[in-house]
Amino acid sequence: MSFALFAEQLLNGVQFGLMLFLMAAGLTLVFGVMGLINLAHGSLYMIGAFFCAAAAAATGNFWLGLIAGLAAAAAAGAIIEVVVIRRLYARGHLDQVLATFALILILSEAVRMVFGPFPLYLSVPPELRGSVNLGGGVSYSLYRLALIGFGIATAIGLWVLIARTRLGIRIRAGESDREMIAALGVNIKALYTVVFALGAALAGMAGALVGAIQSVQVGMGEPVLILAFVVIVIGGIGSIKGALVGALLVGVIDTMGRFLLPRFFSLFLDTSQAMGVGAALASMLIYVLMALVLVLRPKGLFPAHG
Amino acid sequence: MADARRETIVNIVLAVALFVVPAVAYVIDEPFFITLATRVAILALAGVGLNLALGLGGMVSFGHAAFFGLGGYVAGVLAHHAFSGTPVFWGIPGTNQMIIIWIVAIVLSGMLAAIIGALSLRTSGIFFIMITLAFAQMLFFFTLSWPAYGGEDGLPIFVRNQFPGLNTMRIWELFLLSYAVLMIAILLFRMVRNARFGAALMAIRQNPDRAAALGISPFGVKLAAFALSGMITGLAGAMMADLTRFVSPAMLAWQMSGELIVIIILGGVGRLFGPVAGAGILVAFEVFFGGITEHWQFWLGLVLLGVVLFARGGLIGLIAGRDRHG
Repeated sequence: MSFALFAEQLLNGVQFGLMLFLMAAGLTLVFGVMGLINLAHGSLYMIGAFFCAAAAAATGNFWLGLIAGLAAAAAAGAIIEVVVIRRLYARGHLDQVLATFALILILSEAVRMVFGPFPLYLSVPPELRGSVNLGGGVSYSLYRLALIGFGIATAIGLWVLIARTRLGIRIRAGESDREMIAALGVNIKALYTVVFALGAALAGMAGALVGAIQSVQVGMGEPVLILAFVVIVIGGIGSIKGALVGALLVGVIDTMGRFLLPRFFSLFLDTSQAMGVGAALASMLIYVLMALVLVLRPKGLFPAHG
Repeated sequence: MADARRETIVNIVLAVALFVVPAVAYVIDEPFFITLATRVAILALAGVGLNLALGLGGMVSFGHAAFFGLGGYVAGVLAHHAFSGTPVFWGIPGTNQMIIIWIVAIVLSGMLAAIIGALSLRTSGIFFIMITLAFAQMLFFFTLSWPAYGGEDGLPIFVRNQFPGLNTMRIWELFLLSYAVLMIAILLFRMVRNARFGAALMAIRQNPDRAAALGISPFGVKLAAFALSGMITGLAGAMMADLTRFVSPAMLAWQMSGELIVIIILGGVGRLFGPVAGAGILVAFEVFFGGITEHWQFWLGLVLLGVVLFARGGLIGLIAGRDRHG
């Protein structure tokens, strides 16, 4: 195992973690502000990827596609919030789970009706193809490096939005006391729609960006959604900082586990057996991590409220 | 309590219908409908298990597919070793006897549910939902990447396992068996609901602090209910594996957990025959709308959304009035 390979896997883990962060940030924001568990968040990821792929294919420009994907996901989020989600805030978690599960069925089939049953392909923009030399014999995909940059920039942008702007003040106020800010004259309904659309846009962006390195297909959102759940449980539901730390932990541990565990077992098992055992354990690793966090700190690493 | 009497009538109608439909199909030799009825019975059995945790205990488990899948794999793995004549491990042989398979499935599912429950019940609300989901995903990925029993290709059961006195390869006899097990499980559910244990469980759901003040330990009661719930769903998994003669990681997928919740909701949460109604609706929907359009899940989603937003008692709630169980 060379240093270059190790470094590449570590960067892959960070890149994966930052994309998970984009998903988890929206989820945790929606939960923190509205107290809503949204299973359909993965569908917004899928919508972002599909619209990006379709628009990129039509215009031949990835960046126009990215904007289209982001806008489509935000618009879908706003529509869903107004039509369905709004009725769920006062309901129990069971109703929220079911209604958003129903939304997954509806949105997945709707996407299949509009875009057809076959996966779409989205290629990496030409200016980000190839790889760069990072020194020390490490060469890394330029696009994945750009994803890391995107992730970091979004994290900073989100922090500025929440900590430094008027909208951010309202979001934080909505988290702590929704009646009070409504009484102070803030249009809470509109605020909720904006927060939901913001989360949707983040999910759509993640879907569009990841769509270029995976295939764009129906059902692509749910595995990421479940990982994002793990992330926010580890980080503490409602906490953006927790989502970032949790996402990086999950991304790095999952990627490094898949890389290192088979090699570890091959020290004392034969190769094919070691691959099997290693892969099986690696796929469970983040859930073990989650169980551990849960036992030691049931509210997550960064509990949002007290 | 006119509503209660109406619910009793609905229950009897459901129990009779689930028997008569396949019986007619048997007489006119339409085995397809017997298979469907068997599927409904087994899914309803899994639903009865979940209903215990979700309906009575208010524990919204989004991971019951774990128990369903574990039961399925118990049947698959034991049958696989019985067929090949190899030991499972440490010289323990496989078996093709349903009774033994069921016992193993029930015991292992109960143990798994006790472990998952003990960890998950430290939390509540949204955390509980996500954590049960995550545990089920953990097992899902394990079966997906563990190569010994087929990995993602799944594991076929070449010859259906046996039950003394029955020929399980005849679908009608398998249906009778499934129907009998379902009815026993529903009776058990009724006994639990009417017992002190059930009263304690429902009291905890409605107000855990008040229950604790009365000297009921919420954690212990909920854990016991969760384990019992997992056992019933695990048994259903073992039976489903024998019906389809195939187990695969799909039995543990999160969609399966969602489907089980949907069954409970469509039928009516906490209702005795809710899972039977729900499983019936789901299978009927799949068969009839699935025959008309490949996008039947779109319509299922719309119906489900409508039920959640506007008809909160499920089918039995619509017919027999609002839920008595709050």
